[in-house]
Amino acid sequence: MNESRTAASVGATERAAPARSSDLAIETHGLVKRFGHRSAVEGIDLAVPRGSVFGFLGPNGSGKTTTIRVLLGLASANSGDIRVLGREMPQALASVLPGVGALVEGPGFYTFLSGTGNLMRLDAADPHASSSTRRQRVHDALERVGLSHAAGKKVRAYSLGMKQRLGLANAMLRPRELLVLDEPTNGLDPQGTREVRNLVRSLAAGGTTVFVSSHLLAEVEQMCSHVGVMSAGRLVAQGPIEELRSAGQAHVVVQTPDVNLASQVLTRLGLVPGEAPGTGSPWGTTAVLGTGINGHVPEEIVAALVAEGVRVRGFTVENASLEERFVSLTGEGFDVVG
Amino acid sequence: MLSAKANGPTREGAVRPGLGWALLGSELAVLFRRLRTWAMLIALAAVPILIAVAVKLSSRPTAPGRGPLFLDRITQNGLFVAVTALVVCVPLFLPFTVGVVAGDTIAGEANLGTLRYLLIAPAGRIRLLLVKYAGAVAFCLAATATVAASGALAGVVLFPVGPVTLLSGDTISVGESSLRSLLIAAYITVSLLGLSAIGLLISTFTDVPVGAMAATVVLSVVSQVLDNLPQLEWLHPWLFSHHWLSFADLLRQPISWTSFGENALLQAGYIAVCGALAYAKFSNKDVLS
Ligand SMILES: Nc1ncnc2c1ncn2[C@@H]1O[C@H](COP(=O)(O)OP(=O)(O)OP(=O)(O)O)[C@@H](O)[C@H]1O
Ligand SMILES: [Mg+2]
Repeated sequence: MNESRTAASVGATERAAPARSSDLAIETHGLVKRFGHRSAVEGIDLAVPRGSVFGFLGPNGSGKTTTIRVLLGLASANSGDIRVLGREMPQALASVLPGVGALVEGPGFYTFLSGTGNLMRLDAADPHASSSTRRQRVHDALERVGLSHAAGKKVRAYSLGMKQRLGLANAMLRPRELLVLDEPTNGLDPQGTREVRNLVRSLAAGGTTVFVSSHLLAEVEQMCSHVGVMSAGRLVAQGPIEELRSAGQAHVVVQTPDVNLASQVLTRLGLVPGEAPGTGSPWGTTAVLGTGINGHVPEEIVAALVAEGVRVRGFTVENASLEERFVSLTGEGFDVVG
Repeated sequence: MLSAKANGPTREGAVRPGLGWALLGSELAVLFRRLRTWAMLIALAAVPILIAVAVKLSSRPTAPGRGPLFLDRITQNGLFVAVTALVVCVPLFLPFTVGVVAGDTIAGEANLGTLRYLLIAPAGRIRLLLVKYAGAVAFCLAATATVAASGALAGVVLFPVGPVTLLSGDTISVGESSLRSLLIAAYITVSLLGLSAIGLLISTFTDVPVGAMAATVVLSVVSQVLDNLPQLEWLHPWLFSHHWLSFADLLRQPISWTSFGENALLQAGYIAVCGALAYAKFSNKDVLS
């Protein structure tokens, strides 16, 4: 377990090294944030390429939100260097933040104001935002997240998902170079989740870098080009999503009634056979799982099986899911590291 | 005119950063659109009306020197209602409402979760503190103005109005006496500025607005209690409530500005000290709400 962690971090550093600072939207070196004596973030080296959709993964309490707070200057780091959009933070906060839209740990709004009223207020807080286009931009942002019809309603009467959408609208009040979204689909319905994915894709297509934290792997797999994995305050892996996925091993699933024979063949080929959940086909097929294809081409494996007389009723090669990779990096335990 | 796009590196919807008056406008709009603010102002407006009605209904004339300052004069001249009501509100009602607004400034935003969004907008920490304080000052002004206006109205409606005899024995016209009432309202507004700064300071220390409000109100009471203990005479000139009721000078002919000046100086001192402390605290604070 520990070996794989170290290996992954080393790999990450090697990958990050060639990127020049100007290509990175977010860059940290040895970022540490402590609460009292406990460190919530323990020396992470983030490298988020410009134009990427960067999925920031990690179990509960692994330090994602804390990292985001430090990046945005809400909290100060105990040590480490931070550059956002190429400028030193927190010194350049005032000039960097207008180019950054963010959703941090859920929405926060004035419950006694309407959706429009809230966005007008938050936009007015930005001295760089033009007051003459304010109303129009607020209107457009609300439309973009599908809140036009609830724009005049008091936020007190909003559902959780509606507030989350309003939070997203706030992040998009102006064209941004960087969007930082902390669990943006939290509380959204399936349509809302899909819309957020599409929104993120279209923003990324327009050149915006999106840094999105999540613990929903499926979501990250569907929209991210890069991933960073946090575990107990450390960044245990980061890089393009394919690299992270291919670091895991592919599986071969053979469906056959001749389980023992198939297992022998797979073992001879250097695979580690196991029992995969059988599928209830009319012929009572049972599946055998081979872990890792070990450099074999899939058709070789099929040929070897057939040559030994194994009745192959189904054969699939499954790429390592990000989930397995995630679990192997962050550990199986359900308990939050506290 | 250049269009926004032709303006070099600025992007759509972006302008060169101004002084950010928009945030102040928005702060005042949010404060005065809030139901709570209205409830407090209405309660303050009710005080002079209650006093006027009670005096009107009671058959026995108030003996001079009993009850709040000037209470005995109301029946002779309605113009005294406003001043009497201000005197009644100074010890508790006004500090209470000001404590609620000042204590809510930063802690209230933290509690709602809007503080982090204001800061990443970016409002700027210093600018936000200044705007928040300006909002509290606006409320002080609105609160005393409400009491004075409601008192003037109640006085005119329920009692005869005529020239006023001052503490110095001189008589002034109705117009001039209204002006004096406004001066007293201004004096009391200034009196509340120190307390507002204290509320702002306390508000930077917590994410629980009710705590900050209560602490501010309690401090205003403590200060007045200490001001009444003869053993602590050395402390009295430094208490922010020390000059709260010393506006009698404004009811002399000619007006003596000494107490106004002393009060203003003391309040300015509190604003400077509490403002500096609030800045020191807030500019380094981790916003984790
Ligand atoms: N205000 C705080 N005071 C003390 N410790 C804190 C505070 N906020 C967070 N922590 C600690 O910092 C660690 C990281 O918390 P953080 O909120 O960054 O996790 P996260 O990755 O965002 O988790 P989640 O997926 O649940 O949102 C946790 O161990 C938490 O207990
Ligand atoms: Mg979080």
